[in-house]
Amino acid sequence: MSNRTDRGGLSRRGFLKGAGVAAATTALLDRSVEALAQENKESRSVVGPGAVAITLKVNGQHKDFQIEPSATLAEVLRVHADMTGTKIVCDRGSCSACTVWIDGKTVCSCMTLAMDARGREIKTIEGLAQGEHLHPVQEQFIEHDAMQCGFCTPGMIMSCANLLERNKQPTLDDVKQACSGNLCRCGTYPRVFEATLAAAKQMKGGNGNA
Amino acid sequence: MGAIGQNIPHDSARGHVSGESVFIDDMLPARNEVFVDFAGSPVAHGEIVSIDTSEAIKVPGVVAVFTHPDVPGHNVFGPVVKDEELLAAKEVVFVGQPVVLIAAESRGALCAAKKAVKISVKALSPIFTIDDAIAKDSFLGPPRKIERGDVAGALTSAKHSFQGTLVIGGQEQFYLESQIALALPGERGQMTVHSSTQHPTECQSIISEVLGVPFNHVTVICKRMGGGFGGKETQAAGPAAMAAMVASKLRRPARFFISKDDDMRTTGKRHPFKMIYRVAHDDRGVITALDVQMFSDGGCTMDLSYSILERAMLHADNAYFIPNIRITGRVCKTNLPSNTAFRGFGGPQGVCNVENIIEEIAARLGIDAIEIRKRNLYGVDDRNTTPYGQIVRNNMLPKLFDELPRSAEYQRRRAEIDQFNRTSKTQLRGMSLTPVKFGISFTKKTLNQANALVNIYTDGTVMVSTGGTEMGQGVNTRVRQIVADELGIPYDSVIVTATSTDKNNNTSPTAASSGTDLNGAAARDACVKLRERLADYAATQLCTGEGGLNGSPSSVVFRDGFVFDDRAPNDRRMRFADLICRAYIDRVNLGERGFYATPGVDFNRETGQGHPFLYFTNGVACSEVLIDRFTGEMRVARVDLLMDAGQPINPGIDRGQITGGFIQGMGWVTTEELKWSLNGELWSHSPTTYKIPNISDVPEIFNVELLHNPDNAVSLYRSKALGEPPLLLGVSVWTAVKNALSYIAPAGEVATLDLPATPEQILMSLTRLVRGGASKVVARR
Repeated sequence: MSNRTDRGGLSRRGFLKGAGVAAATTALLDRSVEALAQENKESRSVVGPGAVAITLKVNGQHKDFQIEPSATLAEVLRVHADMTGTKIVCDRGSCSACTVWIDGKTVCSCMTLAMDARGREIKTIEGLAQGEHLHPVQEQFIEHDAMQCGFCTPGMIMSCANLLERNKQPTLDDVKQACSGNLCRCGTYPRVFEATLAAAKQMKGGNGNA
Repeated sequence: MGAIGQNIPHDSARGHVSGESVFIDDMLPARNEVFVDFAGSPVAHGEIVSIDTSEAIKVPGVVAVFTHPDVPGHNVFGPVVKDEELLAAKEVVFVGQPVVLIAAESRGALCAAKKAVKISVKALSPIFTIDDAIAKDSFLGPPRKIERGDVAGALTSAKHSFQGTLVIGGQEQFYLESQIALALPGERGQMTVHSSTQHPTECQSIISEVLGVPFNHVTVICKRMGGGFGGKETQAAGPAAMAAMVASKLRRPARFFISKDDDMRTTGKRHPFKMIYRVAHDDRGVITALDVQMFSDGGCTMDLSYSILERAMLHADNAYFIPNIRITGRVCKTNLPSNTAFRGFGGPQGVCNVENIIEEIAARLGIDAIEIRKRNLYGVDDRNTTPYGQIVRNNMLPKLFDELPRSAEYQRRRAEIDQFNRTSKTQLRGMSLTPVKFGISFTKKTLNQANALVNIYTDGTVMVSTGGTEMGQGVNTRVRQIVADELGIPYDSVIVTATSTDKNNNTSPTAASSGTDLNGAAARDACVKLRERLADYAATQLCTGEGGLNGSPSSVVFRDGFVFDDRAPNDRRMRFADLICRAYIDRVNLGERGFYATPGVDFNRETGQGHPFLYFTNGVACSEVLIDRFTGEMRVARVDLLMDAGQPINPGIDRGQITGGFIQGMGWVTTEELKWSLNGELWSHSPTTYKIPNISDVPEIFNVELLHNPDNAVSLYRSKALGEPPLLLGVSVWTAVKNALSYIAPAGEVATLDLPATPEQILMSLTRLVRGGASKVVARR
């Protein structure tokens, strides 16, 4: 999943506040030890247990939440923001059904603490269309029947649409790379290729809205 | 232009791409809702000594815990045989089996409470393998047999005969949306349950029995599933009953939700099989006799295992006429979660066995397997009776075998592969073409029925509901197309609403590829009745004797949103909506219920003879694989697939079903390996350890074509069911691996390969062949 955001890029302060519950990977753990050692006393404040107030910017709008510091972004979006387009399946970053964008890069929202998304631009499937105008990737997914049961679809579309943000003329391999982490049990992959390449064409032709 | 035959996008397409589609966990919390989960058995087999929930109930946020004596009605249920317990009472029979039901205010509290439950069990000796079950005489149900001809005679008198064993692994359904249900208590013991289920009626009856209330007190609703694949045919009922029980006990809405890991650990999968066969053939590779013993691993309870074994036996012939054949079958009882339906329903295992035999005959005779297959194919006018006595009609197999090798350039590529394998020291290529002849209909006759409700509103719009549940396969889209065309109105004027047992009663599961065949036919029946009634009325409105035209119902035509008299289509016409509005004022009934029962199907389990299927769906696929000789890694270089889809109702959706089914089948035979600990715990319980095909596993070249076949007169609009058949074509990837291995097998040796052909399996097989020990089979669970 080479296109995932490098979580090392998160602000240290943001990370520290969630560090007690974050320990998701060894890399993170190493960083936290190092960071803790360097951080001075007053910023070593501990948050939780118990709800804390945070503000997230989701699809351009600031929203206030009272959440447990251990809450993942996926959880907060679904449970606290009632934005249920983002799906949780494996809950460990292995299926990408929960893919959203943070600062323009795809992340697994089930592996991202909501605390760490503060002050950043979060985009979810609900924010991809502009009003009634679907994003070209969404349009082409419909056109090419690139979904069946629909459970992986939001995550799949967030990965494919993100590719087109970065790469206006993707090859088939680029598409495969972009959604290499997105699992679809219905086996719609060939349609996903077709739809994404068609969307790239549509955007190039100026018919898109993104 | 009608809607049938058009590539209309999936009914939920816009909702799916925008994230608006509502799955059960997307439903906003109901007021005062609690979450439900269970704590399960720590061992695979044992007697419960004690259940201590004292610590669990103290966990902040926990509302209640329940054990088996709390079940208000029956604790024992089962789709065919009542041998499953909602909450284990005395004996536990698999790791994770529900013992304690927990209700809590939050998912966090549930998690903590599950850990705090202490279940003490006196362990008993477990059974985990088919071999062990056979040795200990541990079976579910009596043996089954289908037999024709003189098998023993043909086997002894044959010039060529051999025997062997094939071990076939299971497969996790891996629907992305785990089992889930939301129960809402109503008045006077009534209950409404939203369930992600392929079988709302069975959920309804099991909930009723668990709650101890009549069936009419329970309504089960399924708007859509995030994938089913058979895994939600029977096994959605337990979760739905658990949610309902908590809702009933606490008088609060209750949502059952488990993690993907727990879902995978505790629900049934595709049945592993062990096939023991003896086969005889002539010099040309024509099979003269086959004796196959099938043993399936049913897991701890019967579930659908008997029917699944039956379908495996009914597909032991696949596409081939075998004059003398004996198929016997048994379901083994083991201490694993009860195995259940999975797309193909035993058919794939049956087919795998005979395709394996064909590969072996080819290797023994040194003839390309495609020739062996052609020589054994069911004929059109003779050699066309199945072992169970049904004649294969509308047989497209010879045509498919004629067309696909040509479009796939089989001969040219075979020569290329021969050359490649002679020269490459690092890689091996293999290619194989396998057919499918899949029987369409439930083998249990009763289930071949459906009803549909069609309501017309006074603005001319139509609402339909059927017993067919939507899991992505497009049943709702096709039903909309059918209703729109039958009433001659635009597709957009029709909507299909959630499947609900209060609108459609006594429904069959959406399974056996027959969702559209059955429910679409029921919807058509309702429309025909409505149209007849409306034609009578329209005749009085369109023609009143003026201009010499008297009303004639048989001249009334419904088309493109208009109703007209075809004797004067331009001036004797009105909008469909106007007709409906008038009909309402004149008190014409504008709703109808349709019904369909598949004609002519019947099968006698005792004799193993009958006509179980309305028709067969045929297809062929040719797969080419590339294997790394040092690591056993394999990739699928090219697949050409040709499917007989009859006259498709929705070719776009059909194509999606074919592609997706093939990929799923390919996963089963290659990367999807279930790994269990020695204690019967599933190790491969998440996508990190269980590998379903991902985007890079898609064949590099993947050509999918539909064969034009307008002659399937027995089915709905001459279409053919396609849900399961293409999955069985995934077997061609496995036989292609076998074909690749055959290139390095010493003369007279045959490459053995279990299923799935993981890189490890392939490497082991390569090693055996290189060392010349091909006959030594490494046993696998």
